[in-house]
Formats: sequence, structure tokens, C-alpha cells
Amino acid sequence: MRLAGMAGIGAFVAAFLVAATQAAGADYPAILAEKPPRLLSAYGFFEGIKAGSGISKPAQGVVEYDLATPLFSDFAVKIRHVHVPEGKPAKYTVSEALDFPVGAALVKTFAFPADFRHPQENVRLIETRVLLHQADGWKAMAYVWNEEQSDAELKIAGKRLDLSFVDTKGEEVSFSYAVPNRNQCKGCHAISGEIAPIGPKARNLNRDFDHGADQAGNMGAGPRNQLQWWAANGLLAGLPDEGVEKAVDWLDEKAPLDARARAWLDVNCAHCHRAEGPASNSGLFLTWGENSEVARGVLKRPVAAGRGAGDNQFDIVPGRPEQSILITRVASTEPGVMMPELGRALTDERAVEMLRQWILTLR
Amino acid sequence: MRKPVTACMLTVSTMLAAVAVSGPAIAADIAVRPGPNAAEELAEALIGAQKGDTIWLGFGRYELTDGLSLYVDDVSVRGMGPDSSILSFKEQQGSGEGLLVTSNRVILDGFAVEDARGDGIKSKGSDQITFTNLRVEWTNGPDEKNGAYGVYPVSSKNVLIDNVTVRGASDAGIYVGQSDGIVVRNSLAEYNVAGIEIENSFHADVYKNVARHNTGGILVFDLPNLPQQGGRDIRVFDNEVTENDTANFAPKGNTVAMVPKGMGIMVMANRNVHVFGNRLDKNDTAHVLIAAYPEDYKDDNYMFVPRGVYVHDNTYGEGGGAPDGEVGETISKYSGIPVPDIVWDGVTRIPEWLSWTAPENRIYISEEAGTTFVNLKMLSQLILPWSTTPDTDISAYKGSLPEPAPVELPQDKTS
Repeated sequence: MRLAGMAGIGAFVAAFLVAATQAAGADYPAILAEKPPRLLSAYGFFEGIKAGSGISKPAQGVVEYDLATPLFSDFAVKIRHVHVPEGKPAKYTVSEALDFPVGAALVKTFAFPADFRHPQENVRLIETRVLLHQADGWKAMAYVWNEEQSDAELKIAGKRLDLSFVDTKGEEVSFSYAVPNRNQCKGCHAISGEIAPIGPKARNLNRDFDHGADQAGNMGAGPRNQLQWWAANGLLAGLPDEGVEKAVDWLDEKAPLDARARAWLDVNCAHCHRAEGPASNSGLFLTWGENSEVARGVLKRPVAAGRGAGDNQFDIVPGRPEQSILITRVASTEPGVMMPELGRALTDERAVEMLRQWILTLR
Repeated sequence: MRKPVTACMLTVSTMLAAVAVSGPAIAADIAVRPGPNAAEELAEALIGAQKGDTIWLGFGRYELTDGLSLYVDDVSVRGMGPDSSILSFKEQQGSGEGLLVTSNRVILDGFAVEDARGDGIKSKGSDQITFTNLRVEWTNGPDEKNGAYGVYPVSSKNVLIDNVTVRGASDAGIYVGQSDGIVVRNSLAEYNVAGIEIENSFHADVYKNVARHNTGGILVFDLPNLPQQGGRDIRVFDNEVTENDTANFAPKGNTVAMVPKGMGIMVMANRNVHVFGNRLDKNDTAHVLIAAYPEDYKDDNYMFVPRGVYVHDNTYGEGGGAPDGEVGETISKYSGIPVPDIVWDGVTRIPEWLSWTAPENRIYISEEAGTTFVNLKMLSQLILPWSTTPDTDISAYKGSLPEPAPVELPQDKTS
């Protein structure tokens, strides 16, 4: 069903068609199954999971998306997909993740190219994490890809993998990559103790993305604003015409430093460092909308940082990155010092440098 | 993972079966033994546990590379004893603690956590969390590279810590933070920076513990800029607080880095704290220090001075002979050496300094004759340095405060 040439007819047709095609068999019962399937392929999210092709072709009703600023995960390339059940769009929310209906799934695949100077070549899929919205809440699961790259298998207790790649400077990097166990998923994905999505917040989705040749027949549409595309294609309801916040891509050097830092901290830290999060007891709240300077770490003393504090007295000392605990912890790779404490074994030096520059500008 | 009980555990599980009939769910016993797959089996057991289950840790050492966590309510984790079932985190590569519990009505009993890279055992947001018959230790002795807290319930309710040993924590061995309803008893804290610390917490009974060879024995602190503050209603009694003689090895950025070697019991900020029946001996900075929070802060809701502290009927051996660090120096500059048994910094709020302090907010001391005391009058020293002398007249602080009711915990009805 190709609709090339019909692009001018507008979103109405596209929306109609997506509904029609989804109804024609886009049903994923495994999302609601009490016992998760052992293999990723059993969900049916991807067509033709086979050696080499990986997950390149999502199945009907499964839509790829992207975030303005993603969580750092040891440089892993992440490919994100969403499914919402037909006729049940996610509801727009101002600051939290969109309100996805029961039956929705968020599917995130982690991959590494052999050589980051050629990121499209020799890409190895490592794991696919799924967040499934069931009647009694979200369930988090990690599937680890096999050697043949033909399928991925559920790992309840997580797994450590020895990985290596060549970085953009041509240097070989070897490290122990941690696939999270089911509890560790909750270590980050928890609001008031319940599992919750983190990434797909309106501000973080509010950017252009090339949805390419999707099943709606929207071929050749080129990059379009994700939220608007989602709204037009039945994935999102209640999107306001204006006033939607917009997070920047933290790597965008043309964006204001403060916006880059705030976006980075929001995505990399605020899932725990918020009043409802696992690190609430620290009193350090790095959420996008936090207004208290002290709560954001400015001249705030640590309470339970342990040796994570090093010799420094404050989380952030304006103008003094070298005296700011935040920098120490983001730069470290030592358990007990490093932050975030889960989800990485390597340091993102670019982020450390950006945050240093940002603290230098603070007064 | 929900295996039938293995033979050697039958006796214990029979005993348990008699008690574990609280709900309709069939409680299972899940046995884990040391071995090449033990780390994965244990992680899976904790993840897959269901309400009412008990996870049994068999004899031996478990070498773990990642932190463990328990998120299921009504689960017990039981070992064969603190020297018999040992979770070793020497090779830990990830997570901020050895074992993290976030669920309710959890019992941790009879095992050890060694050499965690961050904290030892943490509970966050738990109601009715029980730590009994445990050992948390950094086996290399005091070292600033050791984890911060040994036993670490935080933002929790109804916390029972009984018969626990903690050694080598670079912050506090037993640390209870931002919690409500706390009993810490019959425990041993040694070779930590702080032995036992109750911080930003309500309703705590700390009794019959031994705190020795730490930098400071027992600390009752309240700090600003935290979700729960205004620590209050705390009783510290019948403890042995002796020979706290380990040099402070906390990283400098930590609050406890200011604690001088040879501190016995220290009360900083807080309201309604009762210190009685303790035996204090050979604490070379001071046996008891009552002080205001000394740092700058921005927090309108924070009360930086202690309100209503009653110190009585303790016994004091020798001490105060070698005051340590900045705090020791500040004290002894005014008090001389040996530092008296009980020291109050004398810091009050300015309106109170100008007028008077309401009776319920005062410091009261009632000790056997011969006990020494000093009010350093630090605020007056600052404002009127030439005309201020410290006050050593202990009789001027006579009086008492009504004692808080004993802390009763739902999981501790037998005592």
C-alpha cells in the first residue's frame, strides 16, 4: 500500500490509513501476557528478525522515535520504538512522560558499531529493553541478543558482557557492559515506587524526525515534528497547538549552554534526583522544572555522598567546576562514586566538559 | 527458582512454617548456595520472590560483581549467621550499595555484607524494615575508600536494628536518615568514622549498643535542605561509648569529616533529645557535645540549634585529654585541657541571646557530683569576646524534660 504522490491530501488521510492498517493485524498480545515471552521475536515488534538485518523493519503499528537528549549508556546507539493500541492514543502531559494506555509498549534496542568512525557498519545488537504497560502497571524486561543476531533472550537477572569498540578517535575501548536485572530497571524507572517510562516526555520528543516509509504510507514525508506526527497518526491525543516545551539536543553547540545542561541533567539524573524518585533523600533535585537553586545543587552540601564527595563541600560551586561534586561524580567510573550509579561503566567526556563549561558560567 | 526446601534446612523451615501463615499466599522457601552461578541465582531469587517467601542463604561466601536489590513486600532474607553466610562485594562493578531494599515488612537476618563499594545494606522508603543478626564490614579496616554507610535505612518507617555489627564505614556504621520510628539496640559499631548516627529522624531509641574505636561514638544530627528535617524525640541510653580513638578517615566533603577523634556522644541541632544511663570512657576530645549546626545554609525551615536536650545519669570515665581537630581545638581553647565531660557550645538564636530561652528549649544536665561541664558561650565569644568567659557551673543547668515514650514497632511486639 504505497501512497507516494498522495502526500498533499494531508494528515487526515494518513491518520485514517494508519488506523486501518493497524486494525488489519497489528495486535501484540504478548504485551499483556502475565508471563513474559522468553524470546523477543515472540512479541512480533519487528519483521524479519534475521542475521544482519537486526531490527531494521518495525512491524505494523510499531513506530520508531527519537529523543532530543538521550540518557548516556556507554555510547550505545539506541533505537527506540513505541506501540500504542489502536484507538487508544497516549495522552499529552506537560512535564512527565506521556500518559500511555494499557497495552502500550516502549522498545529500546542498544547496539554498538565495531568502529564509531563508521557507525553504520558492523553494528552489533546487544540488548532490547521493553517497557510494557499492563493493567497493574508497567513491566520492565531486558532481552539479550544472541551471537547470530537472530533473536534476543529474556534475562531476568541481568548479564555482564565484555564489549569493545573503536571510538571516534580511533582508540580501542573495552569495558564490562551491564544488562540490567529486572530490579535495576526499577532503580531508574520509578516514580513514587512504581515503574514508569522516562524518555518520552513531550519536551524531549518535540523535535523533527524522519519517519520514513512507515505503514501509514507516509513515505517521503521527510523530517517532521514527532509530536505532530504522533498526533496525526493516532499515537497521541491532546497535543496543544502551542506552548509545548522543547528540550534541546545537549550536543547542539548552538543551543544555550544552560539549556543544554538542564536537558542533560533532566535526562541523566532527574529520574532519581526528584522528590518522587529513588534519590529523594539526597534533597538534590535535578528536574527540568526545579526552581530552587539549592535543590538544584548550587552551594548545597551533600548528605550521603560518602566518598563520592571527595574533598569537596558542595554539589555545585558556581564558577568552580573543580570544586563541584557533580563533576566528580559524573566523571568517575568507580562504583560508590559515579553517577548515575546504574547504566554506565564509561565516562562521557563530552558531557563532563559541557557541564564544566556550564558551571564556569554560573554566578 | 522456587525450589523445594533442601534437606539441611528442614528444621529451620519447619519452625518458620509455623510463623509464616499471615496470608493466603503459600510462602515458599528459596534456597541459594554459594557456587559459580550463585550471584545470578541470588539476584533471580530476590527478583522473583513473592509475598511471604523466605530466601535462605546457605553456608559460605558469595562473590558478587553487582549490587543486589529486593523490591517485594513481606520477604525475609536469612543466612546461617553473620560469620557463615557472607556476601562479598570485593569485585563489585556497579550499583551504589551491596543490598538495596525498597519494600515493606522485610526481614534481613543472619548474614554478612563485606567490602561493598558504596553503602552496605540500604533500605529506602521501607515500612517495617528489620535488620537483625547481621555483620557489615570493610575488611581492610578504616580507609577513606570504604563505603559510606554500613546499615543504612533512609526515608523509612518502623526501623529495627538489633544485634548488628558494623566495621570500617567511612561515614557511619549504623546510619538512620530521614526516618520515623527507630530502634537501634544490642549492636556493635567499631572502627567507623561515626559508630551510630541518627539524622533528620523522628522517634528513635538507641540503647544497649557498644560504640567503640570509632572517630565518634553516637551522633544525633539534623541537617538543612533535606526532604525530612527537624529531627526530634530521641533517646540514647544504656550504651557503652568508649575508646573512640580512630582518626577521622571520612572524605573531607562529608558532614562527619568535622567529627573529632575521641567524640563520645554528639547532639547537633534536633529537638527533645535524652541522653542517659550511658557509660562513657576514654573519649579524648569530649564525652558529650551539644552543638549547633556550624555551617552556612539557605533554608528557612531549618532550626540550627538544639532544642531541649536532657543529659542525665551517665557515668564518665577519663576523657578530654587530647582534643582533636578543629572542633577539639575550638573547644579546648576556651575550656582548657582536659576538656570537661559535657560540652555545650552555648550557641542560641539571637533573640534568645538577647532575652531568654523557653524552658522546653533549654539544655538540662543532671549528673553525679564531680561530673564536669562547660558552656563555651560561643555566640557571646563572637559578639562580646572581651567580656565572655565560659560557664562551668553545672548546677545552673539542673532540671529535666519529660521523656519521650518508648518507641514501639509493629514488627517488635515480643519485647
